[in-house]
Amino acid sequence: MDETAALPRQRPAPAVQGGKRRPKREREGAAWVFLSPWVLGAAILTLLPMAVSLYLSFTDYNLFDPPSWVGLRNYTQMFTEDPRLLRSVGNTLLYVLVAVPLQLALALAVAVALKSMKRGKGFYRSAFYAPSLLGASMSIALVWRALFNDGGTVDNVLGSLGLHTGGWVNRPGWALLSVALLTVWQFGAPMVIFLAGLQQIPKELYEAASVDGAGRWRQFVSITLPMLSPVLFFNLVLQTIQAFQVFTPAFAVSGGRGGPADSTLFYTLYLYDRGFTGSHMGYASAMAWVLLIAIGIVTAVLFRTSRSWVFYANEEGR
Amino acid sequence: MTFTRTAVRANWPRTALHAGCLLVLLVMLYPLGWLVATSFKPADEVLASLALLPSRLATENYTTAAAGIEGVSLLKLFGNSLTISIGAVLGNVLSCSLAAYAFARLRFKLRGPLFAFMIATIMLPHHAVLIPQYIVFNQLGMVNTFWPMVLPKFLATDAFFVFLIVQFMRGLPRELEEAAKIDGCGPFRTFARVVLPLTRPALITTAIFTFIWTWNDFFTQLIYLFEPDKYTLTLALRTFVDTSSQSAYGPMFAMSVLALLPIVLFFLAFQRFLVEGMANSGVKG
Repeated sequence: MDETAALPRQRPAPAVQGGKRRPKREREGAAWVFLSPWVLGAAILTLLPMAVSLYLSFTDYNLFDPPSWVGLRNYTQMFTEDPRLLRSVGNTLLYVLVAVPLQLALALAVAVALKSMKRGKGFYRSAFYAPSLLGASMSIALVWRALFNDGGTVDNVLGSLGLHTGGWVNRPGWALLSVALLTVWQFGAPMVIFLAGLQQIPKELYEAASVDGAGRWRQFVSITLPMLSPVLFFNLVLQTIQAFQVFTPAFAVSGGRGGPADSTLFYTLYLYDRGFTGSHMGYASAMAWVLLIAIGIVTAVLFRTSRSWVFYANEEGR
Repeated sequence: MTFTRTAVRANWPRTALHAGCLLVLLVMLYPLGWLVATSFKPADEVLASLALLPSRLATENYTTAAAGIEGVSLLKLFGNSLTISIGAVLGNVLSCSLAAYAFARLRFKLRGPLFAFMIATIMLPHHAVLIPQYIVFNQLGMVNTFWPMVLPKFLATDAFFVFLIVQFMRGLPRELEEAAKIDGCGPFRTFARVVLPLTRPALITTAIFTFIWTWNDFFTQLIYLFEPDKYTLTLALRTFVDTSSQSAYGPMFAMSVLALLPIVLFFLAFQRFLVEGMANSGVKG
């Protein structure tokens, strides 16, 4: 989402001759009336809470007694005295690094396959998209827990192939993978975006390449990937940010405790545990700010590296 | 892409393509099929039997589910989920379309920076504002009410939808608005009579996504609602998470099916809006 590209294009000022023109201030006033709910929300539900949570992150606060200032103690405690926190950071990073690339690779592969399809494209597109709407629900999280449990379908199918894995959700290391697969299952949303991007690539490019003797793989690498890179970048940023905040499936798979052996203790799950189960609101606020900064850094790094691999064919045409 | 090859050869990859897609589809739909089948299995078959289909349709799971949980009937749970979701839909459609019109069409100071800020909040993790919001709602006595789920929507906090509607409004021809202006319509009548009706597809997309996301939401409801009386379907399902007893499997999955039903119906009715809405969010930007 390149901000300059996303900004509304300024139209040249219309040459008004005759005709009554409303005074500028009045028109500005109308704009602020339209904006007022958003401005109110941005101020009291976004900016103010961010400031307050920054303040609380330097305090000890249990919701009942007034917060007491402890300086940087929450932050130092997080990184020096709290092995569960470090565990949750590791789990979350591992999950993001496994789930997001797998999901996007599948989404891209299916989108490329569907693009050249003449009949049935609309059907597949809708059908593959459906899990993206259902996947965030508690219902599906419970199904996942059952499918990947001891004696569940996955255990049985793999067992019949001679791979006795047991229930994934009860095995440290495997439980996280089952949550990652639930994310991969929801590849439909990025796939739909990829497909829309693919359809905007001019056919002439493929025709020219084909005349020059480029095979399919060569066309994919030299035309599809560069032309699709802005969309790929958009999906990468969006899915990464979402993956950092995953909560429901880990909660369901582990019974809300992040088990087995803290192997599905995701950062958000631990934040909930400290803040709302344990009433350590100051500590949880510090965790929230670390998450905010971490997501900020990851996004900034993605934007920085994007300069070398994201290719904007037509800057003003977007 | 195979126009350089012969038509005969071009036919076989197409068949392989369809076979591949069908296979992926089958794997993807399996969990849903399994869910529906399991919800109809008699208690002794849920775990013992490896067959996907139940030996008989055990509707007793649904009767048990209908009785609800912790003294709250299924109807009440359904009503609570519906109240929150409809409130959220009304809030988002109203507040996001107002803000979007200002960003898409009106001139005001700081429009550029405010628009950039609005885009940035799309990426803001909810957790950064969660605790202070909780403290505020707690002070206002709104914990264990539906307000914390609904009120923010009336203040356009779902910036994603503001952005979605802005994108749509920019694509509308300006001539109609200019004609309305010449006819003496002020900005509010122009918005209500001309722009809003034209924006209907984007508003429908906003409404359906808001409904589904609110319906599925777990985290916010988990934090704000704690009395069974206020439970939603999601929270009722959550109570099954704690009990590891697998005897409750049948009713649990019956309730899961019922919880997914509105989403599936919405999807079947409005799939075009949903798929197009998602496609446009990434590409037109």
